Amino acid sequence: MANLLPLVVRDLGYAVRDTVLLRDVNFTVKSPGVTVVMGPNGAGKSLLLRLLHGLLAPSRGSVTWGGAPPDDAVRRRQAMMAQRPVLLRRSVRANMDFVLSLREIEDRRGTCDALLERVGLLPFAARPARRLSGGEQQRLALARALAQGPEVLFMDEPASSLDPASTATIESVVRELKHAGTKVVLVTHDAAQARRLAEDVVFLHRGTLTEQASAERFFERPSSEAARQYLAGGLVI
Amino acid sequence: MQDFAQSFYLAFQLVASANPDLVEIVLLSLKVSLSAVFLSVLIGLPLGAAIGVARFPGRNAVIVLVNSLMGLPPVVVGLLVYLALSNAGPFGWMRLLYSPAAMIIAQTVLITPIVAALTREIVEQLNDEYAEYFRSLCLPRHRALAAYLWDARFNLLTVGLAGFGRAVAEVGAVIVVGGNIDHLTRVMTTAIALETSKGDLALALALGLVLMVIALSVNALVMMMRGTATRTAYA
Ligand SMILES: Nc1ncnc2c1ncn2[C@@H]1O[C@H](COP(=O)(O)OP(=O)(O)OP(=O)(O)O)[C@@H](O)[C@H]1O
Ligand SMILES: [Mg+2]
Repeated sequence: MANLLPLVVRDLGYAVRDTVLLRDVNFTVKSPGVTVVMGPNGAGKSLLLRLLHGLLAPSRGSVTWGGAPPDDAVRRRQAMMAQRPVLLRRSVRANMDFVLSLREIEDRRGTCDALLERVGLLPFAARPARRLSGGEQQRLALARALAQGPEVLFMDEPASSLDPASTATIESVVRELKHAGTKVVLVTHDAAQARRLAEDVVFLHRGTLTEQASAERFFERPSSEAARQYLAGGLVI
Repeated sequence: MQDFAQSFYLAFQLVASANPDLVEIVLLSLKVSLSAVFLSVLIGLPLGAAIGVARFPGRNAVIVLVNSLMGLPPVVVGLLVYLALSNAGPFGWMRLLYSPAAMIIAQTVLITPIVAALTREIVEQLNDEYAEYFRSLCLPRHRALAAYLWDARFNLLTVGLAGFGRAVAEVGAVIVVGGNIDHLTRVMTTAIALETSKGDLALALALGLVLMVIALSVNALVMMMRGTATRTAYA
């Protein structure tokens, strides 16, 4: 199978009727590892992820993975942890089985248990997924995304409701994925977390990309004023 | 007043002694209405689900149409089915008029729009919620539909019950196409209408009692199902 990298985003724009929500976004990601997308609320980070994953069609420009647009063939090799995970009206285990049944896996039960164990949800396997707490739901969403065995994993603020221990778990999962060669595209508002995980950073502000830089450069000397203010904790509007 | 109390007393006696005429009428009612529910679920469920997930030109018009068909007056349905089944009608050759089959057809026509419209609403809501996730999974269409139907199972069961409640309680459609023939097409509602006009209040009251018990049980069942569904967060 063709490599999904590089990811090339060209002149990407997205508008709903007359409202332009993303415009002229250009960047390229060549290396595996973790790309962090940062930016203030409403900057367009979630929209960008959905465009990259092919859930939305661009109004202008293009997204390509190894030269191919994110159609079914590409999307099948990717997984998305949405900002607000959509859990099926079923038990935790049934939510896992639903994904696992799409793949050819010999020991489905074992795989499911191992993944639930990994995120600390094995004791909750029989519970209705929608009765889980916010943080537990995010952990289930992670386990479920991992069950897809993705080559690219999008994570939209995966730790937004997590306690420190669960955040550490998620971060260690991200590191494992990185070592296994999985590409991770992560949205976070947590600069410390971004620093710990990121190889490179894409910064969005009001629907435009103000900079793309290696993590080191971005956190030492952000080149855009918006990013500087955002990192300093100033209100960026 | 004396008459009134007397009628009640006789009605209870009829029910308590399982009067054969009464039982026959009740059983035919159940047979007709349950068959109609079965058929309308068979037609209305896939139809409603399809409208719920598909996007096509004229979709809104179809939804408005199905929703308005929900309110069709039973006598009008009876009249239309009568015309279709009468000797001059397109299906006259089947010779179904004034038979339980005709009544089943009429009730099916009456409640299929109800089943379809309610199913459409339920499935569309789930689709709005699940569609993007399913797109991310590249889930095949038939699997998505199966997931909607499964995750909505409690709500869909209540749709079936609502259809049954409407069918078993209506009188207009079955009386037009069935004709209320003794031992052949007489059901609870048509018998009540006839016996009341004849002045045999006891049988009418007895049937009314049974009908109310059935309606109450259906509603109780719906409530219980709602309760179970929300308690387990499967709804
Ligand atoms: N379908 C839509 N119609 C109109 N506006 C939309 C639509 N979808 C998103 N937006 C707007 O686009 C902007 C970007 O949304 P997006 O969800 O990408 O923000 P975000 O960067 O992920 O923010 P947050 O940090 O709060 O998650 C927001 O202002 C949002 O209101
Ligand atoms: Mg977002």
